[in-house]
Amino acid sequence: MKRLFADIGLITGKDLKIELRSRVLINQVAPFALMILVLFGIALDADQQSLRNFASGLFWISVLLCALMAISRSMTIERDDEALVGLNLSGVDPLAIFLGKTCAIAIQLLILEIFLGVGIILLYRSEVEDLLLLVSTGLFACIAISALGTIFGFLASGLGVRETLLPILLLPLLLPVLIGATRAFDDALGVAAINGWNWFAFVAGLTVILTSVGAGANHLMVEN
Amino acid sequence: MTSSLTTASKGSKILGMTSIVGFVVLVLLAFFVTDPDIRFHPETGEEFGQFDAVRLLYLHVPMAIVTYLAFVVCAIASAGYLVKRTFWWDSMAHAAGEVGTLTCALVLITGSIWGRPVWNTWWEWGDVRLMSTLILFLLFLGYLALRGAFVSPQHAARPAAIVALIAVLDIPLINRSVEWWENRTLHQKSTLSELKIEDLTLFTLVLGILVSVLVVSWLILHRFRVAWLEHVEFEQGVKTAIEERRHLGHGD
Repeated sequence: MKRLFADIGLITGKDLKIELRSRVLINQVAPFALMILVLFGIALDADQQSLRNFASGLFWISVLLCALMAISRSMTIERDDEALVGLNLSGVDPLAIFLGKTCAIAIQLLILEIFLGVGIILLYRSEVEDLLLLVSTGLFACIAISALGTIFGFLASGLGVRETLLPILLLPLLLPVLIGATRAFDDALGVAAINGWNWFAFVAGLTVILTSVGAGANHLMVEN
Repeated sequence: MTSSLTTASKGSKILGMTSIVGFVVLVLLAFFVTDPDIRFHPETGEEFGQFDAVRLLYLHVPMAIVTYLAFVVCAIASAGYLVKRTFWWDSMAHAAGEVGTLTCALVLITGSIWGRPVWNTWWEWGDVRLMSTLILFLLFLGYLALRGAFVSPQHAARPAAIVALIAVLDIPLINRSVEWWENRTLHQKSTLSELKIEDLTLFTLVLGILVSVLVVSWLILHRFRVAWLEHVEFEQGVKTAIEERRHLGHGD
């Protein structure tokens, strides 16, 4: 078990180190996220109140679009120079590879979520009424997105059409996460009179299921 | 062309003929023989009900049931492939997935056409069953896109099997959605299990289910055989190429 955690740390550290050195997250994905928020504001031609009402949905759509970039990037670094083959031959447990890559993507998404969160507060003037609900939902939803993204990232990693195929495979399955997280955020931002904690429980349940499925099928994916 | 190089056999021809006859009888019963759904309000005596729109349900409900069946077959065959790793299981999963996607599209289309006169809307975003069925359709479109993205079916088999096993988890959700979120759906609970319909109406619905199962089985069988013939042809092509190389090596 100790070895597993060490390997997870190793894979996560490796991915984050590559990300820090290449600065793709800071130089490309974060500006893309900001661009989405601005484009939504312009395209909807909405007044401040409408933007505030739709802020949760716009936030999570932005997260999903950025997640696609982050996942694709995470798989590209394994694909180049057959790095994944090297990783498999190194004797690292496939479960550690799956969980390590999931953690790395989740950490990147969390940073993006913070960035986007500040964005909707500043640009859409959203007000946080339940910070705990907001943070908990953000954390669990990003783990769910990362786990599922890693599963499908591995499945599509050998393909030249990965960038176009990944959204088709991933987005329909992420719809329940999108719905749950948006409803929980609606409550946390005070735009809907619903019990956001019920929706948080729904998202947390999905997170456990998706991570378990990924962990259970890890050898099939990494083999692929 | 020899019988081994066709997708038809004596059994499949009988199945096909039975399907066609059954379908003709179903259309006659559904659109001409059964009565429209007209009820009268007990106090005002005013007419209400689904009127002629109810006839679409004889196609829509069976189509939904065979969609579930096709995707379950796809998932079982996918699991079979992951265990046995043989082309047979993979082809069966592919065939069932493809036919299931087609019937799922028909479910959405017939449901939408039925919904317009009855619910006064083509599409209802808040309806959990509609949304979960749409998600199922999109998931299997992704499944087919994944299969199509690989040059060789052998390489597509494993990732496709995993996607099918994940996608099929949506089916219990669709099926139970009317119970779990009863205030978030326009769909009624199961008509068949609660036996709110009777006589000719019930017979037509059951016939619709039987005919749909026959049609879908027939389609899956032929799609499976097409894939099998492609596989045989590919193998023969490889053998011929190897033989030709050998002859070249021997200077023949």
